Amino acid sequence: MKNKLSLIIFFIFLIFCFIIFYIGLDKPKIYIPKTNIERNLPVFKAKDFSSNTYIDSENIFAEENYYIVNIWASWCVPCRKEHSLLMELNQNKLIKLIGLNYKDNLNNAKKFINELGNPYNQILIDNDGTLSVEFGAYGVPETFVINKNKKIIKKFVGPINRRILEEIKLIIK
Amino acid sequence: MKILKIFLIIFLSMSFSQLKSDEKNNKLKNKILKNIRCLICQGQSVYDSESDFASSIKLIVNKKIKDGLTEDQVYKFLIEKYGEWVVYDPKLSKNTYILWLLPLLLFLVGGAIIGKNLIFKK
Repeated sequence: MKNKLSLIIFFIFLIFCFIIFYIGLDKPKIYIPKTNIERNLPVFKAKDFSSNTYIDSENIFAEENYYIVNIWASWCVPCRKEHSLLMELNQNKLIKLIGLNYKDNLNNAKKFINELGNPYNQILIDNDGTLSVEFGAYGVPETFVINKNKKIIKKFVGPINRRILEEIKLIIK
Repeated sequence: MKILKIFLIIFLSMSFSQLKSDEKNNKLKNKILKNIRCLICQGQSVYDSESDFASSIKLIVNKKIKDGLTEDQVYKFLIEKYGEWVVYDPKLSKNTYILWLLPLLLFLVGGAIIGKNLIFKK
């Protein structure tokens, strides 16, 4: 009787392990951080792309109702893909679109903008990637939606697509 | 000559204390980096990784230590940005109860079984 009970417990344990590993097989191994948590906007000083002078974040995020911060680089292939959608987003006058040029060569970045157009109201330079860390980014491209209370209300990891664009439009309505 | 000697002693002691503080900061930095997960590379700490993400984190941790932040404050800063997952040593919270208590529970149950068997044998 005791042996039978041990055997049943052993089999239940095996089935439990099997289920855990089976579920684990389908789960993505790459961590994607939570994107809906409201966070305060970091306070920082950054170099302006066109004037080459340092600007305080308080002066960058000052008047608009919504801000979109898009992290991009000329060497980033998905950034090219999302660029036309950013150009479309720029038509919306309710937002200020800020580009954060990530670990890029300045000349290549200028070529990229000249070739594909400039969707950004302002571009900031992030040479060493530390400014992106302040935003909570871990790659490129990434896009953040910021409200007038200077809170990051939404984060999109990876290139913007039509669905994300519609979602952003819905948020800033 | 005497004044020169005094200056030399002061200069040497100052550079020695600077070296010592640099070494202390370096040790703290490495300790923190070993406990931070590289989010874009699987199974590697930021200390081990050479990815773009890891190099930015290394720079920012260095900057935070130079700014005078303690080890816990650096972890708190990174958790605020990336969530609890970024540290290898998660704090006890409602999301991590099972993680912390399960090994203890298994240890107690295992101990109880072994203890019971030993008593019965006697």
